[in-house]
Amino acid sequence: MSRRLHRVGAAPSRTTRIMIFVVIGAIFAVPIIAMVEFTLRAGLDGGYSLGHWAAILDPENERKYRALFVGVANSLVLAVVTVSIVVFLLVPTMILVALRFPRLQRVLEFVCIIPITVPAIVLVVGLAPVYAVVVQVFGSSTWTLAFAYGVTVLPYAYRAVQSSLGAVDVVTLSEAARSLGAGWGTVLVRVIVPNVRRGILAASFISVAVVLGEFTIASLLNRQNLQTALVQVSKSDPYVAVIFALLALVFAFALLFIIGRAGVARSIRRAP
Amino acid sequence: MATAPKRRGWALLGLAPFAVYVLLFLAVPTLLALVTGFFDDDGKVTFDNIAALGDRVVLTTFASSFWVSAVTATGGAVIGAVVCYALLGTKPNGFLRSVIDSVSGVLAQFGGVMLAFAFIATVGIQGLITQWLLNSFGIDIFQNGVWLYQVPGLLLPYLYFQVPLMVITFMPAMEGLKPQWGEAAATLGATRLTYWIRVAAPILAPSFFGSLLLLFANAFSSYATAAALISQGAQIVPLQIRAALVSETVLGRENLAGALALGMIIVMVIVMTAYSALQKRTERWQR
Repeated sequence: MSRRLHRVGAAPSRTTRIMIFVVIGAIFAVPIIAMVEFTLRAGLDGGYSLGHWAAILDPENERKYRALFVGVANSLVLAVVTVSIVVFLLVPTMILVALRFPRLQRVLEFVCIIPITVPAIVLVVGLAPVYAVVVQVFGSSTWTLAFAYGVTVLPYAYRAVQSSLGAVDVVTLSEAARSLGAGWGTVLVRVIVPNVRRGILAASFISVAVVLGEFTIASLLNRQNLQTALVQVSKSDPYVAVIFALLALVFAFALLFIIGRAGVARSIRRAP
Repeated sequence: MATAPKRRGWALLGLAPFAVYVLLFLAVPTLLALVTGFFDDDGKVTFDNIAALGDRVVLTTFASSFWVSAVTATGGAVIGAVVCYALLGTKPNGFLRSVIDSVSGVLAQFGGVMLAFAFIATVGIQGLITQWLLNSFGIDIFQNGVWLYQVPGLLLPYLYFQVPLMVITFMPAMEGLKPQWGEAAATLGATRLTYWIRVAAPILAPSFFGSLLLLFANAFSSYATAAALISQGAQIVPLQIRAALVSETVLGRENLAGALALGMIIVMVIVMTAYSALQKRTERWQR
């Protein structure tokens, strides 16, 4: 009797699995390959070259691509401010709720999940009047957009932090630290934060990826970020737009991959 | 003990910054978006904008949005479920799983404009596949006009982010299938087909349809890919909101963006409520 006849449960056979991966993987690889191929095209008459990649570094093109570099810089600033909102506003609130107001846990979760139901395109309709006020208070610099981004990353950031926070008994830990004479500041910085560090890191990485990919709010509030610059530049120089899009996708992949592997390393260490 | 209530008061104050932030940048914009549809330019209450939701043009765009979302959600759910099936039996901590998780995350959540570029490079007029089919087989995919920059053109890019989202949302349910159930079924003489039809499918059904709804909501609300592909016109609801925001002349009615936003929110709330109801049923099996 062959082994196949004895196979029980849901898992597919090795052949089936490989076939599915190869077929679907190949289909999903095509657009990415097409992007790479597109950036290597030498010109309308065919042939390939690295010309478009080299052009990015050419100082002569600096003015042509200025919008793009401004967009990248703006997006990086937005990423930093958004991560600060997550780390200094969301995380302390989540810890406080876990320590002192366990009953508010559900409310907090509900609030943090709302942005999934309220799409960015709807939010932006209401954000326009809000930003009329924000501009008066903080000026019209691009970084103010991070207030809106802080809201759009809430569901992702909340889930990432909560998966760490839920795994440690923060109440017992903080009581132990308090009974040894630690102040609340020490409890927060030296006891709780080290325990949820991975969650905070994951939340920050996901926030960076979301901010770098954000287009809707920036474009409809007339701000410049990486994505709006990509659309703008693609009209005059599609090659360089596709190159930057590829780089951004690879960067986002790297961020998520690092989170994933860090999680694996931790769970292996924890296993008995 | 006397200081306890006072302490609690201070602790409550600690919640204030986040509460204020969420109020200003989530609650206020959401309410404004919902309410502006009920006012005219002079701030008087009117139902003109809401009535505009019944306009033929608006109804057509809602129908297109529904169509695109339904088609890509169904396609994405089926293909995504097949990928999840193939992932069963791979090591949850393995390298392959990490790569697929990260790729899915990138494509499902951060693609937007960049996916539009990818598909212009693939099936655009000068695209890799377009040219290959034309030069090698003489097949012109744009024989009946360039559909990439129309509503049908959204289908491929949308599927490209729907399938990964399905993998992310459906995989936990697939992994919840306990090997013991398969063994128990086999001991009782069930074939693998019987096991799938009588055991696995009923357990997975709520999660599958829940994920399908999430995919629908995802396609219904996504804007960036469509905006980057379709620069002219307003064929789906998010693009119509863009048109209403950018120029105030759509249908000659102001504050239409608010009414459209209200229409979108109603659809989203219905879909997401159904999603969370199905999700609750799913969790029974994931303990």
